[in-house]
Amino acid sequence: MALLEVKDLKVRVEEREILHGLTLTVNEGEVHAIMGPNGSGKSTLSHVIAGKPGYEVTDGQILFKGEDLLEMSPDERAAKGVFLAFQYPVEIPGVATMNFLRTALNAQRKARGEDEYSTPDFLKKVREVSKSLNIPQDMLKRGVNVGFSGGEKKRNEVLQMALFEPSLCILDEMDSGLDIDALRIAADGVNALRSPKRAMVVITHYQRLLNYIVPDVVHVMSKGRVVKSGAKELALELEASGYAQFEDA
Amino acid sequence: MPAVQETVERVKRIDVDQYRYGFETLIVSEKAPKGLSEEIVKFISQKKNEPDWMLQWRLEAYRRWLTMVEPTWARVDYPKIDFQDIYYYAAPKPKKAVSSLDEIDPEILKTYEKLGIPLREVAMLEGIEPKVGEEDPARRKIAVDAVFDSVSVATTFKAELKKAGVIFMPISEAIREHPELVQKYLGSVVPTSDNFYATLNSAVFSDGSFVYVPPGVRCPMELSTYFRINERNTGQFERTLIIADKGSYVSYLEGCTAPQRDENQLHAAVVELVAHDDAEIKYSTVQNWYPGNSEGKGGIYNFVTKRGDCRGANSKISWTQVETGSAITWKYPSCILRGDNSRGEFYSIAISNGFQQVDSGTKMIHLGKNTSSRIISKGIAAGKSQNTYRGLVTAHRKATGARNFTACDSLLIGDKCGAHTVPYIEAKNSSATFEHEATTSKISEDVLFYCIQRGLSQEEAVGLVVNGFVKDVLQQLPMEFAVEAQKLISISLEGSVG
Ligand SMILES: Nc1ncnc2c1ncn2[C@@H]1O[C@H](COP(=O)(O)OP(=O)(O)O)[C@@H](O)[C@H]1O
Ligand SMILES: [Mg+2]
Repeated sequence: MALLEVKDLKVRVEEREILHGLTLTVNEGEVHAIMGPNGSGKSTLSHVIAGKPGYEVTDGQILFKGEDLLEMSPDERAAKGVFLAFQYPVEIPGVATMNFLRTALNAQRKARGEDEYSTPDFLKKVREVSKSLNIPQDMLKRGVNVGFSGGEKKRNEVLQMALFEPSLCILDEMDSGLDIDALRIAADGVNALRSPKRAMVVITHYQRLLNYIVPDVVHVMSKGRVVKSGAKELALELEASGYAQFEDA
Repeated sequence: MPAVQETVERVKRIDVDQYRYGFETLIVSEKAPKGLSEEIVKFISQKKNEPDWMLQWRLEAYRRWLTMVEPTWARVDYPKIDFQDIYYYAAPKPKKAVSSLDEIDPEILKTYEKLGIPLREVAMLEGIEPKVGEEDPARRKIAVDAVFDSVSVATTFKAELKKAGVIFMPISEAIREHPELVQKYLGSVVPTSDNFYATLNSAVFSDGSFVYVPPGVRCPMELSTYFRINERNTGQFERTLIIADKGSYVSYLEGCTAPQRDENQLHAAVVELVAHDDAEIKYSTVQNWYPGNSEGKGGIYNFVTKRGDCRGANSKISWTQVETGSAITWKYPSCILRGDNSRGEFYSIAISNGFQQVDSGTKMIHLGKNTSSRIISKGIAAGKSQNTYRGLVTAHRKATGARNFTACDSLLIGDKCGAHTVPYIEAKNSSATFEHEATTSKISEDVLFYCIQRGLSQEEAVGLVVNGFVKDVLQQLPMEFAVEAQKLISISLEGSVG
């Protein structure tokens, strides 16, 4: 079943059209990679799906589980299962990571009409997940992402993904700024979350990440459109030939 | 609409609806005739059965006040106050001495119940997780002095405190029962001539709390006073005096609320603290006077003089304030660091929204040797409010080794508000080390979106970010009140009441 359907999406930022009719369908259980040169609109797409303010959708549609996503506020989208792992996760001084995780998780549960987690259940869950991601408990006492290394910030994103159990995960340039070891830990965390009910959209500039998170489908984006789609081999092809062939597509 | 824009819109709509304490208690009260004169001063003194020395003290202050003019240097703007259009005394009737809570007017008891203030002598506050190393909060006790308009209506745990030698009672009672202490200390920190409002207060103050902690005693419980303005057109002029004798310790908290009314009401309090050798006073305030409505109509004028005197060596005074209410706040809790090695601290959270105006800060006056002070101020401005930090740090010629650290951070929500920092630093001694840091930032759209993407509503996100911003200061509050204050901060910035 189609989990996410983006149809002929046109998006403007500050009077300039950035996405010029983008179409993309992601089914449950699939991992899609979106590759493309800098400035092709990858982050814009992820922001529009997540509902970041400041983007004007002038045409097209985004359906999530058959519902009109563009009609929902960003927090509703989160509660419905849309998760965006940010390229540059922000720092929130004075807000302990643990407190943030609990506040967010309970906000989502409340929005879905579910009971809030009890403290022991919550702690148990966080401990399990953070252990598998090699996140020390100490880190959870610190302010959200405050003083975290690049790798720690990305692991913290994966931690949240694991806790919130979204049905759609969008990972924007998860590999940026990570060395090979940090990348492997984060990618292992992501792979552990692959499931038949969950889809992932992995946005990356480089093929490298896709050695660790192997996609089912690869899309090439250029100048605000998907210009080519194919199987995972397409990524390798791109690695060899570069994006230049698509630049004037 | 960008996230911040939306926040701004919501915050703009916030006004009286958020003020949960705006109700009025219907009781008969006894008032002095309107206006101010020697007769009124005498009336108040008589009502309190005061000794003659007290009356003379008041009259002297009154005569001096007649020669003074209102200060205008603060960054606040308001129409001229007609001091003859105010009632200077209002007390719930019948005013017979009550010996137990059962004799208090049930309407007043209900008022405090509604305000969430425990007038029953029970260990209070459930649902708070104890900090590691803290005793179980369910068993912690808090003694309360409740001041309703011009009089104290109840003081709890008096007997238990007395056993420890601690005197905690309305100041009007202390004037009669402990005249030697009151005479010795009253006006010794804030002289009657100090400033326009302090002088006015000296003439007409009606009640407030008195605390004396004898040498070597650690006060066995948290002390607190709740001030409630109920009566219309009435000024509240409370007077608080706290003395920590040698080697003693006391932690004290005051809370303030008032009904919502279209007219402005004046609150001009004076608080004096004296810490002798090796003594420590921790004074916390959660100020939530009615702030006025969305058009800036009504609200309390909060013109307050608070000063602590670290009179003895190694003494320490620490002020912590959470200021969310009042139409205008004019307030500079200060420390005179007279004793060698004494220490002063000022931790402040000042939130302004709507048309509120805040001009607040502190003075640290270093006189003794090796004195130190620390100032942490967090100002949050939203709506069309103006929020000023005004601070003075001075080192006297003889204050060798004086040290101060000041950090002032301001957070702006929206672009119609203002935050200002006015630090004065004066070191007359070359060995003084004064450090000052200041930042002003806008609430970040990216940070809000990050929180919202994780499922928080716009308002929850603002509340979370602001609570993070003020965390260093919140931690200074006694645990019970930190939780309350945190809620209050969210409420004063949210568009809906939870
Ligand atoms: N907030 C913005 N204001 C103006 N232009 C923007 C904004 N965000 C993105 N753009 C422009 O949109 C285009 C696509 O950017 P982006 O989606 O970040 O690309 P990618 O993630 O593929 O590198 C770029 O030309 C960029 O300059
Ligand atoms: Mg990008």
